[in-house]
Amino acid sequence: MQNGAAPTPVSSHDPVLRVESLRKHYGAIEAVKGITFHVCPGEIVGLLGVNGAGKTTTISMILGVLEPTAGSIHIGSVDLLRHRSRALSCTNFAAVYAPLPGNLTVYQNLRVFALLYGVHNFAARLEEVLDAFDLHRFRDTKCGLLSSGEQTRVGLAKAMLNRPQVLLLDEPTASIDPASAKDIRSTIRSFAARTQTGVLWTSHNMYEVEEVCSRVMFLSQGEIILEGDPRALPAEYGKSTLEELFISVARDPLDLGALEP
Amino acid sequence: MNLARIAAIPLRQLYLYRGSAARIVPLFAWVTIDMVLWGFMTKFLGSLAHTSYRFVPALLGAVLFWDFMTRVMQGVTTAFFEDVWSRNFLNVFATPITMPEYISGLLFTSLATSLVGLAVMIVVATAAFGLHFAAYGTMLLPFILVLFLNGMALGVIAIAIVLRFGPAAEWFIWPIPALLAPFACVYYPLATLPVPMQWLARLLPPSYVFEGMRAVVSGHTLNGTLLAGAFALAVAYIILAYWIFSSVFRHAVKTGLIARYSAETVS
Repeated sequence: MQNGAAPTPVSSHDPVLRVESLRKHYGAIEAVKGITFHVCPGEIVGLLGVNGAGKTTTISMILGVLEPTAGSIHIGSVDLLRHRSRALSCTNFAAVYAPLPGNLTVYQNLRVFALLYGVHNFAARLEEVLDAFDLHRFRDTKCGLLSSGEQTRVGLAKAMLNRPQVLLLDEPTASIDPASAKDIRSTIRSFAARTQTGVLWTSHNMYEVEEVCSRVMFLSQGEIILEGDPRALPAEYGKSTLEELFISVARDPLDLGALEP
Repeated sequence: MNLARIAAIPLRQLYLYRGSAARIVPLFAWVTIDMVLWGFMTKFLGSLAHTSYRFVPALLGAVLFWDFMTRVMQGVTTAFFEDVWSRNFLNVFATPITMPEYISGLLFTSLATSLVGLAVMIVVATAAFGLHFAAYGTMLLPFILVLFLNGMALGVIAIAIVLRFGPAAEWFIWPIPALLAPFACVYYPLATLPVPMQWLARLLPPSYVFEGMRAVVSGHTLNGTLLAGAFALAVAYIILAYWIFSSVFRHAVKTGLIARYSAETVS
């Protein structure tokens, strides 16, 4: 673990996230089988797949909380496995399974994580994220007293505190009502466009994926088996919607050849 | 080491203490009860013995210092348990914080909470039972330092156990001071123990502190070399404790235990 200046892409078009030949074995079980992909600045990439396909394992490895069996992960130009602290200072995440501590208020949680992520000018940044996720009225409310949707919004506020180069969102709108979800998608899209943050987004809501992602990857049994534009991909494989394609891939990934254009 | 990241750990604890009587009361309640109980016990023993032996500094003082070491250990473990109880591992360990920074944050938290307990014990023992710290002379600070270092080492080993074996292993941790007390010679001289127990006692830095404390209050000369050895031993245990915790953490990252800690095992 090393400290240092924030990693930066070599140029504005270089990927902010590069994953190469990433593998994870749990004993004899191969959860992730040598996947390679990248995310460019400002790009929102959907990571799709059935439960157990390896999405969360992949995200855990990019977050540095799970060591890959093989392969490499670069945040900007920084090798995560060699310079963990430096790489993670430019990463952040929100996931439904990782709510912030319920015994602290929204302000207290954001203050603590601002210190952990080295956020400068916290007061101004706090106002920005509270505004972005409509959290001002909950500022001094303990997170445990918030509804699940409100807690999700606090998690997203935390995820954007340090203006990350790479933002990992694991089903970020899973417990949010459709109207709020639409606002949140819009906030994340404009955040990514404005700050050139690369976003890796998992979701089981194909409507949402079509709306926000410029590219999707289908993960099945630890392998990326399909990749492309979510609006064009269904037609290429003879399906009318992304959801229909998802179901086909989920039911029989081995038969993908039969679907090929 | 990044000071802001270190500060985040005690700041979180400060927020928790600020709004919670359930956390504030134990900082002073149990040590006060211990001082009162052992204060009267000391008085009673003093009335029976009819000797010049100074029970207050030798026995009540020893209990006070042992309680302080226990509070140091619990200061580290309780701060860590807050992350266990709130299932916060994924959030914390996905930040840029490094292991030395995280451990340092826990140690600063422990320093603050244990000093509160020490201050309360000093007030009660001095005001109610006439304990005077002048009885320990210039050795007072070295005694406290060795016990503080030993408490930190125990705390870090304890959290390594919980990280390795899951939240339920918390129940291994609370009795650790009680398990060590017979060997630490808090209440009686080392020579009281059977020889095999004396061997074990010599591996514990507190046993040198309490032997030294009894020597000082009895007017004997303290063996400075032995106390220096106890200090070196306590430092060695801190290094060992850090190594154990780092190894357990690396194992947890390798196996995925950090990401799935509530499952207690990934096997």
